[in-house]
Amino acid sequence: MASKRSDESGKKATDSPRRKSGVKPVGTQKSKGVVSSKKTSKKAAKTTGTTVRKVGSKADQADRARVDARTVDRIESLGESVVRQSLKHTDPFVDVPTRSISNIKFNKSKRLLEMGDAKQRRTLFNLGQAKKFMQTMLIADGCRDLVRAGKTLSLRGMYYKSLHTIAGTKEKTFDGQDESDVVLEDLEVAIDSLRENLHVFAKKRGTMVGNITVFDNGDEINCRRMGTGGYAIPSICEPSVLKFGKCEADFVLHVEKDTVWSRFNEDRFWETHNCILTEGSGQPPRGVRRLLHRLNRELGLPIYCLLDCDPWGHYIYSVIKQGSINLAYESGRMAVPEAKYLGIRSDDYQRCELSDDVKIDLNDRDRERAKQIAAYPWFADRRHWQKEIKRMLSNGFKMEVESLITKDISYVTETYVPERLKAKDWID
Amino acid sequence: MPSTVTPPTSPKKSSGKIGSRATAEEMASKQREISVSEFFAKNRHLLGFDNPRKALLTTVKEAVDNALDACEEGGILPDIRVELLQLAETRFKVTIRDNGPGIVRKQIENIFGKLLYGSKFHRMKMSRGQQGIGISAAGMYGLMTTGQPVLIISKTGRRKPSHEVLLKMDTARNRAEVISETEHAEDDVLFQDGHGTQVAIELEGRYQKGRASVDEYLEQTAIANPHARFTYVTPANEEIEYPRAVDELPPEAKEIKPHPKGIELGTLIQMLGRTGRTQLGAFFKEDFCRVGPRVAKQICAHADLTDRTWIKQVGHAEAEALYKGIQAAKIMSPPTDCLVPIGTKAMLAGLLKEVKAEFFAASSRPAAVYRGNPFQIEVGIAYGGNLPGDELGRVIRFANRVPLLYQQSACCSFKAVIEAGWRNYGLQQARGSLPSGPVVVMIHMASTWVPFTSESKEAIADYDEIRKEMRLALQECGRKLGTYLRRRQKMRRESERRNVFARYIGEISMACERITGSDAGEIRDALETIASRKTAEADQQLDDEGRVVEAGGGLAVDDSVIIIDSATDGVEAAAEAGEVAESLFSNSPSETGSRAKSVKKSGKKIGKKSVKKTGRKTGKKAGKKKVT
Repeated sequence: MASKRSDESGKKATDSPRRKSGVKPVGTQKSKGVVSSKKTSKKAAKTTGTTVRKVGSKADQADRARVDARTVDRIESLGESVVRQSLKHTDPFVDVPTRSISNIKFNKSKRLLEMGDAKQRRTLFNLGQAKKFMQTMLIADGCRDLVRAGKTLSLRGMYYKSLHTIAGTKEKTFDGQDESDVVLEDLEVAIDSLRENLHVFAKKRGTMVGNITVFDNGDEINCRRMGTGGYAIPSICEPSVLKFGKCEADFVLHVEKDTVWSRFNEDRFWETHNCILTEGSGQPPRGVRRLLHRLNRELGLPIYCLLDCDPWGHYIYSVIKQGSINLAYESGRMAVPEAKYLGIRSDDYQRCELSDDVKIDLNDRDRERAKQIAAYPWFADRRHWQKEIKRMLSNGFKMEVESLITKDISYVTETYVPERLKAKDWID
Repeated sequence: MPSTVTPPTSPKKSSGKIGSRATAEEMASKQREISVSEFFAKNRHLLGFDNPRKALLTTVKEAVDNALDACEEGGILPDIRVELLQLAETRFKVTIRDNGPGIVRKQIENIFGKLLYGSKFHRMKMSRGQQGIGISAAGMYGLMTTGQPVLIISKTGRRKPSHEVLLKMDTARNRAEVISETEHAEDDVLFQDGHGTQVAIELEGRYQKGRASVDEYLEQTAIANPHARFTYVTPANEEIEYPRAVDELPPEAKEIKPHPKGIELGTLIQMLGRTGRTQLGAFFKEDFCRVGPRVAKQICAHADLTDRTWIKQVGHAEAEALYKGIQAAKIMSPPTDCLVPIGTKAMLAGLLKEVKAEFFAASSRPAAVYRGNPFQIEVGIAYGGNLPGDELGRVIRFANRVPLLYQQSACCSFKAVIEAGWRNYGLQQARGSLPSGPVVVMIHMASTWVPFTSESKEAIADYDEIRKEMRLALQECGRKLGTYLRRRQKMRRESERRNVFARYIGEISMACERITGSDAGEIRDALETIASRKTAEADQQLDDEGRVVEAGGGLAVDDSVIIIDSATDGVEAAAEAGEVAESLFSNSPSETGSRAKSVKKSGKKIGKKSVKKTGRKTGKKAGKKKVT
């Protein structure tokens, strides 16, 4: 029954209209042959012959194989510990590091959010945890299957893979994707393996364009020739999948959403200012954050953010800079402590002489959130930020990046950003 | 009237200046005594004959009340048969037969034909009837609406003949006229016990089921009188039996003398006039209860008299002073052994057989006093089972074991139920209304004199002392219910836990097998062993005081609580309850004698198993309740 299910999900994965679906990750397949079942290795052999694309280096393949083997090992040792506990007739448990603000430490010297040591013991024989325990085991099983098969699945795919009706009941193993997403994150921290290493990806979000060439799973992508759409930043931006080629850019400008990004792209801002333009559709997903981190670390590019002047914009900046509370365990791989906040700033209303029409009144939720953000330790010691948030609150309104359009269609690309960059007028 | 145009003037003895309408002499010729029966014939609503539906109920009620009183006074376990025969759309023949001591021939006319004739009015004793109006009024109502006389058959002993009397009420003279009478020699067909009385009244009425119906009245009477057996033949010719649940007659109520604080000035003057004593001291000591020489002296001293003062010398002023003296004196409460409460066990037995619930609790307050009248409040609660869960709870009210079916919201007990604060006990209750949920609350007031708001005995008057006692009794029961509900919720969680573990163990062991290659069956067995150990631990939870809770919790040792089945499955539990109730208390002859004991037993042993077992064991013996 189990093998049948994994078969189906495998089919689903290949059938799904993924951008990369035409391209089999051959290298991965080959290396995976060591651990994968007969069936998949056969398939891999078939695809190897037809592939003509440039593939990752031998070292890459070995690297991936090593990571996968380690991931499978970790899942198996998790399973073995549960079996051992059960056979010893003790309460089986899985220790899951706590992912909440209470277990977050702000590392002042690295300026990163780090996860503390607090762990939550998830036991089977606890009424509130029994189902989650079962789900954890199911997801672990599913991920092991996936890694061994050398395939990837979306979060939703993972949900379907582990979804079935429990024998003899009308209850389903998961009540929705929300449940499986959370359990997957739990599994990540429990076995200290990233989602990317578990071969699960999220929905693609975020776009890039600029003076850079990348190799995405071996495909050369010239981000200077991406038209109006741009390069969709993949969910997995690990070095084993995404490699940087030639790059002339001097910096990265990250904007909040694609509407603003389109404005910059149309004005060919990246060409005139020799930079990379990225966008994260609001709160940037892991892929975008990982990419920004790598652009910053590996290519030494400074990151500038152009976000809305509201608590949500401020928090996007916070997540890019220090990492998020939920994924604090990945801050080291994602955060960009050097990221700078370019705007929109609360005093831009006066400085840019904007009209009254752009004001959006703060509501109670905004005010509350702003105060919360101001109280975070990584904001608390930032004098400029305290001033900025205080001013926004005393203004009583927020502003979107688009508000600059009231001045002129290209005011933001031709005047606002260049001036700020030139004057080094940003908040850190 | 001779003239209609003259302006209205008082008919004085006038000189003829104003055209007189009637002279004093003329008027005197019209002035005459009004018979009590005539008064009530015109004001029949005062007695509960307002409309045909109520009239039918009142007739049954008066006859049954009398039958029960007679049986109890005669020391006989009541066995009463009520038959409603529908003659036409609105015409019924009501026949009530009891196995009481019977009525001697010469009293038949008085009892059934005279209003305000009875044994109960003049004494301070707990009984259902009070004034001696009821049954004669019913007969009168029947005669007035149908013209048919009342048929009475009575037999006083096995070797004595039975008398059959056809009576017609003469309202003008407040007495009965015998139309015909026959004597049957030792007719034992009608009265199997050798004695008893049967009354048949034809009247205009309307039969309707539901609230305040004859059915409801009999059901509630059966609850409050578990020592009685009722057979009820409905107009649809369906025979319903309300079996006997307890084989012990309630002890006989004692008669007491009036308590000084319970009388009014007029009564005091009357008593002074009637007494056989000569001196004040003796009068107080002998004619009242709870008055000793010291108290008597104190009262007299307050009125500047002594206990040796001759009663002849006590005038109106002195009587008033004495009355004040009584109010000022500290007098012990009246004796309460004159009250015969239903008792928690009997109440539980009654509820158990008529209400299909899963939890029963009862509590009894110590006797208290209002206006010098001793009274005692008892409360029973039934919860869950087949009771409707989405409606307001039901209050069933009793006064001296008689159900009160009308004017609920005017009744003291209703107000007490609202006041009791049910949210503390796990029930929902909107402000100013009854608690909602599957609950039946039974309130019983036993007293030598129940203060009704009207002659038709529909609601208990709202005395602070009574309401307070009711509230306290309700809260005592409420606490038991609360304990049960909390425990039930816990049990529900426990069984949920069991299910949850059982459900997930299979999945987990299979996932483990896939991950590690270990045998799923082995893992499952191991996990199931742990699970059963875990749930066993959880079952043995500690209660609030830190003791290990046995099967029934703190309620297990409580005599006044019965729990049918604590299973979470409501329908099944309810069915079980019905079975237990029927089997434990059904009146099958084989069980006679041990039934009272079995009630006691079931009160003590709770826990699922014990009661379940009893249910099964006796379940087969139990006869069907409804026989058509």
